[in-house]
Amino acid sequence: MNWEVIIPLLVFLVIIFFIGIWSSRKGAKVSGGDFLQDYFLGGRELGGFVLAMTMVATYGSASSFLGGPGTAYTMGFGWVLLAMSQIVTGYFVLMILGKKFAIMARRYQALTLVDFLKARYNSGPVVILSAAAIIIFLFSAMAAQWIGGARLVESLTGMSYHAALFIFAISVLVYVTIGGFRAVAVTDAVQGAVMVVGTMVLLAGVIIAGGGVTNIINDLISENPNLVTPFGADGNLGKAYVSSFWILVGVGVVGLPQIAVRSMSYKSSKSMHRALIIGTVVTGVIMLNMHLIGVFARPIIPGIDVGDKVIPLIAMDVLPAWLAGIVLAAPMAAIMSTVDSLLILVSSTVVKDVYLNYIKPDASIKAIKRASFGVTAVLGIIVYILALDPPDLLIFLNLFAFGGLEAAFIWPIVLGLYWSYANKYGAIASMITGIGSYIAIHFYNGANGNLFGVHTVTLPVLLSFIAFIIFSLIMKQEAYNYERIKKGEIA
Amino acid sequence: MENKDKTDWRFKVANREALIGCGLALLNFVWWFGFAYGMGSRPVEEYSYILGMPDWFFYSCVVGFLLITALVIFVVKVFFKEVPFEEEEELR
Repeated sequence: MNWEVIIPLLVFLVIIFFIGIWSSRKGAKVSGGDFLQDYFLGGRELGGFVLAMTMVATYGSASSFLGGPGTAYTMGFGWVLLAMSQIVTGYFVLMILGKKFAIMARRYQALTLVDFLKARYNSGPVVILSAAAIIIFLFSAMAAQWIGGARLVESLTGMSYHAALFIFAISVLVYVTIGGFRAVAVTDAVQGAVMVVGTMVLLAGVIIAGGGVTNIINDLISENPNLVTPFGADGNLGKAYVSSFWILVGVGVVGLPQIAVRSMSYKSSKSMHRALIIGTVVTGVIMLNMHLIGVFARPIIPGIDVGDKVIPLIAMDVLPAWLAGIVLAAPMAAIMSTVDSLLILVSSTVVKDVYLNYIKPDASIKAIKRASFGVTAVLGIIVYILALDPPDLLIFLNLFAFGGLEAAFIWPIVLGLYWSYANKYGAIASMITGIGSYIAIHFYNGANGNLFGVHTVTLPVLLSFIAFIIFSLIMKQEAYNYERIKKGEIA
Repeated sequence: MENKDKTDWRFKVANREALIGCGLALLNFVWWFGFAYGMGSRPVEEYSYILGMPDWFFYSCVVGFLLITALVIFVVKVFFKEVPFEEEEELR
């Protein structure tokens, strides 16, 4: 066991734990009627800094801190270029959903994305499809992150996988269950700050260890000149493929429920304006630093063949052990902040969209409270048990979680907000087309190489757009009147 | 149902800002793509280096990031309007 690394990590976990508990006490004071809004949306009172950080932290997951830099290590600067397409998420999501989403969500009194879709489209199938997609895909995504978190703890501390998973699960579960969305958002803010500082320290450490940027670049060129081109180590990283990541990890992020729901949680347009600026800066800094670290690590420690290990290995190599422990809290923070957001989102979908919609619409406040805490805890425990010995189905479903959800939700959300002729037929067609074609193209690409040389997500997003427009226009309905709905009056 | 052309003024603000968002994203993409593949397609021997980094990368990703941050700040300060989110009758 490597105690010098473990102690800072443990201190970090304890701090997060107490911040989560502390922020939950504020929620306890809220009167009964607002319990759901408070538990699942933090009472819609996030300020600019917390909003920006919780968006970035929710979005930045194991892949931005372990997988992405690991690929940059293998591919060189081309992959850093690709990763920089993510800056757009820092401002795009909030600008697009923006004020209209905030206003409409308040008018509908929507607490979840499904609430919003239900009020806008007034359709049972839309509710069922969207709730099912969220529960199935995000549940698997959560389990995958959970596994990543435990593997990280395992590799850093030398603990067994099961012990690592247990520690990781307990620390997240308790504060999410007790504290709800507010605890998630506030801990996300702290975790986001840890990520920013951690990446800066590590980048500085790597540059110093490599003898300066010029030196590192020269080493890279003498090993393989392709590493400093935009085309990847083998020269086969195509323009179209890299550009298509602008959809997957850039503009398509608008369709991710865990991100979209944050766009209804802020207090005022002032917080939104601040969050736009902070979010752009923070996303850019994190993505640029982490992926540069991945590339720069190559001459310092050559020959790492498991991508996910690049960051832990380089941190322990170039930094003193105690500092490595602090820096490695960053990927841990990234994983925790993604897991906690997914957990509260899936729980809100089960409680608000399934339980209160279909099972017990007249539940008392007490029953709702019990259900909310209970569902959150039970979901967490199920994920924990599944992650102990992950079934293949889970791993399989996780493959579709990111792109599949984008293809399913982007148009029902965006067109629902801005196109008055959008209707339920379009929304249903769009969701089915999006998920269906995503799965089909995933298999096609796996067998035959990328269709048209672009990432799997590209065509489903286009197809679901076409399906949305065609079905909305064929099944003619009168234009939706955004003004007609007054506060709390759901169509 | 009220008069149809009495669109909520806040929606006009929201629509305009969403369009600005699309514009920024498009500009961001063109800058990123143009420098990366415009300059990066030369043979490696012809690259020059700025702060140690290959020039195409420096302009596309580092300058691009700073530029877009500056633009976001500018756009938010100059064009974005503050609007109330609660319904107006409640504010009065």
